[in-house]
Amino acid sequence: MTSTIAALISPATSLSVAHVLAGSLILVSFMMLYQDRLSSVINVLALHAAVLGLAVGWQAYIQGAPELYITAALALGFKAVVIPLALHRIVERLGIHREVEAVGGISLTMLAGIGLVALSMMVMLRTAAHADALAREDVALALSVILLGLLMMVTRRNAVSQIAGFMSLENGLILAAAGAQGMPLVVEISVAFSILIAFIVIGVFLFRIRERFDTVDSAALDAFRGELQ
Amino acid sequence: MTRLAIDAVVATIAVPAVAALILSLMPSWRLASRINILASLLTVIASAFLLLHRPAPTSLFLIDDLNIVFLLLNSFVGFTTSVFSASYIAHELDTGHLTPRYLRFYHAMYQVMMVGMNLALVTNNLGLMWFGVELATLSTVMMVGIYRTPASIEASWKYLILGSVGIALALFGTILIYLAAKPVLGTGMGAMQWTNLLRHAAALDPAMLNVGFVFLLIGYGTKAGLVPMHAWLPDAHAEGPTPISAVLSGLLLNVALYTILRFKVLLAGSAATIEPGILMASAGLVSLFFAAIMLYRRRDIKRMFAYSSIEHMGIIAFAFGIGGPLGNIAGLLQMMMHSLTKSAIFFSVGHVAQAKDTQKITEIRGLTTSHPLLGWTLVAGVAAIAGLPPFGIFTSEFLLITSTFARAPILAVLLGFGILLAFGALLIRMTALCFGQPSSGSNAITASSVPIFLHLGIVLLIGLALPAFLYDWFAHVATLLG
Repeated sequence: MTSTIAALISPATSLSVAHVLAGSLILVSFMMLYQDRLSSVINVLALHAAVLGLAVGWQAYIQGAPELYITAALALGFKAVVIPLALHRIVERLGIHREVEAVGGISLTMLAGIGLVALSMMVMLRTAAHADALAREDVALALSVILLGLLMMVTRRNAVSQIAGFMSLENGLILAAAGAQGMPLVVEISVAFSILIAFIVIGVFLFRIRERFDTVDSAALDAFRGELQ
Repeated sequence: MTRLAIDAVVATIAVPAVAALILSLMPSWRLASRINILASLLTVIASAFLLLHRPAPTSLFLIDDLNIVFLLLNSFVGFTTSVFSASYIAHELDTGHLTPRYLRFYHAMYQVMMVGMNLALVTNNLGLMWFGVELATLSTVMMVGIYRTPASIEASWKYLILGSVGIALALFGTILIYLAAKPVLGTGMGAMQWTNLLRHAAALDPAMLNVGFVFLLIGYGTKAGLVPMHAWLPDAHAEGPTPISAVLSGLLLNVALYTILRFKVLLAGSAATIEPGILMASAGLVSLFFAAIMLYRRRDIKRMFAYSSIEHMGIIAFAFGIGGPLGNIAGLLQMMMHSLTKSAIFFSVGHVAQAKDTQKITEIRGLTTSHPLLGWTLVAGVAAIAGLPPFGIFTSEFLLITSTFARAPILAVLLGFGILLAFGALLIRMTALCFGQPSSGSNAITASSVPIFLHLGIVLLIGLALPAFLYDWFAHVATLLG
């Protein structure tokens, strides 16, 4: 049944849908960069995971790889619902509703983001020139999502926004893995990453980590590390 | 016999896995520390067996001349550290730093870490290798934070975040390698197997391999503590329990380096790729200089030796990067000697910190007077790590500098200067720690010094006369590494 429907969709259409979904992931990554409240960062993160779920689900469908549906379901259920709920709870418990500021300001961060997307397109499209169309553009888009996630992590001080950055980075990875047709262990890897994320979230919850422990006050930092004489 | 050899490979993973399960249920810490030692010993026996009877590669496991060195070293230092750990934690329990409940967790995690590292070493599959490194990272993250002090939680949080980013980038590199292999080897598991990849290395897409290697070098390089991705390393070494500092420096960094080496061999098999050695050698040189300069500013004894580990990882990465038969032999020897020496140093530093109740260098004075045995072993350890003859590190550094001189004199001068810079820092600190008027306050140390003597003894023996079989073996591996 599925195969007959798949036959009705032309390869060009299935490719465009895959690109639209992967492209939306980049868009949502940008949305995350300009959020200035923690709760909205978390909401955008949930949206990010949901888009990833759709993108991976579409890959599962056009590649005829049913095991990828597990990865898609994991994104839709665990990363789009459970983790955001847990993060909302952390924000509530730790009382960190306040605004989060990006290091270097929003506009600079956005500019850097555009630069990173251009960079990854230039590098990956050229590198993957011989790969098939699906993999080529998918990897290029995925690298953009990964770099934007990294950018999110380095520009935010707050532990919750760092988790959001890491999760969006990881979403980019899952997108790349799903796009690499027939790559084995994708499901196992996505499960391993979900465990890692659960770990990080539980860590924040248990130890009430609010901020990345670095400060511009280097004396305080040295004292903390036992480096003060 | 082949059947048995495969069983031995499985045992290097299954023994620690079963032990982890048993240890997580074991209420008595005394018994647990013994089981920990026993399981580690069994793992050593299994890897020693593999040395004699090597199985043919299967789809899951690959034992060759390269990883058997790492595996044996890994399980051996894992074993001696478990012996050290047993006496170390007894003291931590007495002083109330740890509770029996945390110890149960600690022992189970120790074996989980061994599972992860051994898996990464013996697997024939890129994906499983990645998984092994992740497992080893997560288990060490939890052990670094075990004291639950703000500083140790900060250290493990930093380690977790940086380690996760490293792991993520390494996975992206792995995906790119798969994409490079897919057109040649077809979809599925076959394109993720080392044996297949190496056989067809010349046919793989070179551009994809290049970009993949860069991500892998950054990703696994984070775990190997290469500058500028090293930030987690000093904190994790300083704030965790000392046995964990010993295995981080002695083992985990090696495993990360091993993964990079494997990919380097893959790139060397393809003529059209970039020279991966240049990237590794420059990362190594930068790490060496950075760490050597940072060594002068250290106030915390464990943190200082952590920077010394960055320095040595730099030297090793440089050696493998420069490559050639002699460069690779020097790299392998340096790696082995560093593992043994640095873990021995951390064993004695653990005793010192317990004897003096502090890790601050300024508060530890005149160890050779107050604790002669401990003081002199630390002197010997620091002399060995700084590269003084007659210890093994002198041999490997000498070999590296002379072989580099023949090929790139400027690099050799830089390398020699970096090593001397670090040497100076270590010597200044060592004289302050070990000689002069002893500082006040000292507890008696009852812990066993056998692991320290064993490690330093091997380092000394190899320094005095490198056995012919070891040299032949290294020479053979060196040709594999290209």
